[in-house]
Amino acid sequence: MTPKIYIPIDSTALSLGAEEVYRAILLESEKRNLDIKIIRNGSRGLFFLEPLVEVETDKGRMAYGPVDISDVPSLFDSEFFMGKPHELCLGLTEEIDWLKKQERLTYARVGITDPLNIEDYEKHDGFNGLKNAIKLEPQLIVKEVTDSGLRGRGGAAFPTGIKWQTVLDTPSEKKYIVCNADEGDSGTYSDRMIMENDPFVLIEGMIIAGLAVGADMGYIYLRSEYPHALAVLNKAIDIAKENNYLGNNILGTNHNFELEVTRAAGAYICGEETSLLESLEGKRGMVRYKPPLPAIEGLYGKPTVVNNVISLATIPIIMDKGAAYYADFGIGRSKGTLPIQLAGNIKNTGLIEKAFGITLRELLYDFGGGSATGKPIKAVQVGGPLGAFLPEAQFDTPLAYEKFSEINAVVGHGGIVAFDTTADMSKLARYSFEFCAIESCGKCTPCRIGSTRGMEVIDKIKSGKDQEKNIKLLRDLGDTMVDGSLCAMGGMTPFPVISALNFFPEDFGVEKKETSA
Amino acid sequence: MTLTDIQIKKIEQHVSHFQDTPGALLPLMHAIQDDLGYVPEDSYPIISKAYNLSIAEIHGFVTFYHHFRTHPAGKNVLQVCRAESCQAMGAEEIELYCKDTLGIDYHETTDDNLITLEPIYCLGNCACSPAVMINDNVIGRVSKKKIDDIIRMAKENS
Repeated sequence: MTPKIYIPIDSTALSLGAEEVYRAILLESEKRNLDIKIIRNGSRGLFFLEPLVEVETDKGRMAYGPVDISDVPSLFDSEFFMGKPHELCLGLTEEIDWLKKQERLTYARVGITDPLNIEDYEKHDGFNGLKNAIKLEPQLIVKEVTDSGLRGRGGAAFPTGIKWQTVLDTPSEKKYIVCNADEGDSGTYSDRMIMENDPFVLIEGMIIAGLAVGADMGYIYLRSEYPHALAVLNKAIDIAKENNYLGNNILGTNHNFELEVTRAAGAYICGEETSLLESLEGKRGMVRYKPPLPAIEGLYGKPTVVNNVISLATIPIIMDKGAAYYADFGIGRSKGTLPIQLAGNIKNTGLIEKAFGITLRELLYDFGGGSATGKPIKAVQVGGPLGAFLPEAQFDTPLAYEKFSEINAVVGHGGIVAFDTTADMSKLARYSFEFCAIESCGKCTPCRIGSTRGMEVIDKIKSGKDQEKNIKLLRDLGDTMVDGSLCAMGGMTPFPVISALNFFPEDFGVEKKETSA
Repeated sequence: MTLTDIQIKKIEQHVSHFQDTPGALLPLMHAIQDDLGYVPEDSYPIISKAYNLSIAEIHGFVTFYHHFRTHPAGKNVLQVCRAESCQAMGAEEIELYCKDTLGIDYHETTDDNLITLEPIYCLGNCACSPAVMINDNVIGRVSKKKIDDIIRMAKENS
């Protein structure tokens, strides 16, 4: 039998040299006259082990990593292509503790399949959800999604089923499905991983959304920073069309669905749904007033489902295995699983899909293995640049929407960025304002002006100028931005700032007692 | 900088290609920038006439988005991630090193037109911070040595 070797094509794996490793393995096999088959799979998300090369054996896939091009000759010398031992051998991939402890539902196929092989997708339960959904009345699809308890994974955590119900109930000759793939939060890469490594699952989710609400047109609004995902998605859409999953008369029914990718242009604010819609319409990405909700008056004034990549990519498994199966994971009103992304100063970084309820400490230490630098972890920021900084005392908080709300934090898009003791939290707080000033759409005053004034106030506090007065001013500015901003950009920027001030006053050159509210 | 006849022809082709596309400005500006390397301000009157938009609207659109540039970039564009995850792994030092080594600040191009330096806010490579992107290639776990390699390769390829 021809040995099968898997080498990832995910862009993080590529950023660590996976392409060079692929070429070296190809060259070496030719040099040795060996007949091997190389498959470019997605990444398993164990980025601390990338480039991770796998070999098919009768017991399952054997993993080797992290592989450098200099390791390639010795891998061949030890006949790794037969699954034989080598110092880089990590055992069977599925048995790697880091992966084994996960609950992969949305990411069930990620890293296993060749992203653009539609037969591979079908073989691994692909399109099962669509085949079930296409037989159902729209209301029954929406009910299934509502019953699953799925909430918007982009960060807002709004129940997906309720959003779909509103669009379904709003009569209109034209409706749209818009996928928010403007994954701009630092520390997050779960959307990118789905789009690059399992694009058909997103396409399937969007087709089901179209069936559920009566939309025949979908757009994926993709950030311009993801050129690799763009190429993969466009190819995947073409393949899906060729196989009658997109276009007219899907799977021989009278349902039609067209799908297009629109490249964004580097504005963080366009991750906010109304700003995204403006941008899609060919305008500046200025935030809209709500109401009307996009579900009622969205793209071009038509009822529109705007969902994040992960929300849409989770629909197929819900429609395949049922709402009850999905809702069985998680705690309280945080049902199902969350793809958690470990980032920043962490030893073992990567994607962990787990049911809600796992604590930060388990993630940072059991999975993450502590900081990359070996110094203690000082703080983490969960949920992107608008999320609060959490000190060590809060590491036992279970990851769940309600539990995080209780400590004025957000789960957001599930990204966790860790900082070691060398981090200066006042610098990070200042950066939060700076980022807000750069990315604000400028429509509302608290965000547009507050962000710049905020930087100045922090500079004054740090220089020791009228500290007490300026701290009061900073808190007051925070309240104004939270209460007076039109969207989460200005409305949440104070979260990282004020949490940094509350938990790490010494970094601002302030005694603890002076910072109390 | 006035446009050459070839540039005008290219712009007109893109403008007519997206004439009937809803939300045309976004894909149009990408097409122009991909083709010409930037969105020349002299293209605005052509777009304005074809799409019945004011020059101010077009200017407002182009300048809203960080991705679009109204002047040509150097042969290579080096984007350095400034976001939190990269900061946690020493991005600030990488930023300074790039600026020092190239002798330019952000949004500037080296005198030999080899490299344009830009800040970027997250490349989705946060598992391997700090990250930079050279043209369309993301590089993870960047060190000063890797920056040297990137600059050297840019020189060799030019």
